[in-house]
Amino acid sequence: MAGLFDVLAAALRAEEPVALVEVVEGPAEIFGAKLVVRPGAEPVALGSLGDPDLDRVVIRDTLGELAAGLSVTRHYGPHGEARARDVGVFIESFARPPRMVIFGAVDFTAALARVAKVLGYHVTVCDARPVFATRARFPMADEVVVAWPDRHLREVGPSLGPRDAVCVLTHDPKFDVPALTAALTTRVGYLGAMGSRRTTLQREERLREAGVDDAGLARILAPIGLDIGARTPEETAVSICAEIIAVRTGRAAPSLRDADGPIHRDPAGVPSPA
Amino acid sequence: MKEVLADVDRWRSEGKRVALARVVGTEGSSPRLPGATMVVSEAGEVAGSVSGGCVEGAVVTEALQVLSGDGAPRLCRFGYSDDEAFAVGLTCGGTIRVLVEPLDW
Repeated sequence: MAGLFDVLAAALRAEEPVALVEVVEGPAEIFGAKLVVRPGAEPVALGSLGDPDLDRVVIRDTLGELAAGLSVTRHYGPHGEARARDVGVFIESFARPPRMVIFGAVDFTAALARVAKVLGYHVTVCDARPVFATRARFPMADEVVVAWPDRHLREVGPSLGPRDAVCVLTHDPKFDVPALTAALTTRVGYLGAMGSRRTTLQREERLREAGVDDAGLARILAPIGLDIGARTPEETAVSICAEIIAVRTGRAAPSLRDADGPIHRDPAGVPSPA
Repeated sequence: MKEVLADVDRWRSEGKRVALARVVGTEGSSPRLPGATMVVSEAGEVAGSVSGGCVEGAVVTEALQVLSGDGAPRLCRFGYSDDEAFAVGLTCGGTIRVLVEPLDW
């Protein structure tokens, strides 16, 4: 029979949600006792904290923390009583990795996919043009999909949530208007679109014509990225990922959207990119 | 945790015992979040980390003691306010609690 660690490791490798629960405060006889909990229609829990009532309450709470993607220490009585502090349990949630869907198979896409992988994203590259959307061009992506953006989002959109990101890099109204309107129907936490200030204004008009209201437009970070003077695809990828982090954490960082003037400036004295 | 799985597998396949050290609590400013994981083989090989580099040496010592002793898990606390702050403290002024145990489960 596989041990707890093997079950945990297998779930982590398969990128399936799992939680490791361990007694980190309390009586010596249960200190270090563990549960490995996997969610699902019929959640599975292996191991024990030494008391069936405590197990039951902790498993219930763990499923809640795991759904929220939170790792916390919670306290209980010896049999799982609330408002007692006899036993401290560290619940470590391993939620599925956040997802990034990138529309447009361009050079910026490869750089963005690479940086997103460093940050732990499951990355999908989607483009309707089979010549460009190939595995060979995007070996770093987890998935390369040849499809129209709106069609792909009809499929995966319902599973996107606040931890996920959609980046529209096509700069072609034929693709980016349907991609953005479809992305706006999801609960995705970050939605950005690449393009010059002029492209952005023209796209806003087209989005309005397609029925997107002010609230919808306000969800779109465009031009995509932080205003850090990025020039190369790699620097631009960093500026996009930094903006995603700032949006998630609610920090004020200078988004290109909230600035004006040229996106690219070459004042004398700015060193060239590496 | 995921980043240390390959090392754990390799050490175990070589027949080495392994200790697991995990950050299970933090107070104040701390470099890594709860869940940060380091593993130590009985040969003293290390993968992963639990801080910005300031307490790793002390955690290796604890891990090797756990492997050579009675195998009971132990909770180690590192922080600026400790007496040993200057020996193994966190330079950032916070406190971390690290659970060190044999990976025999």
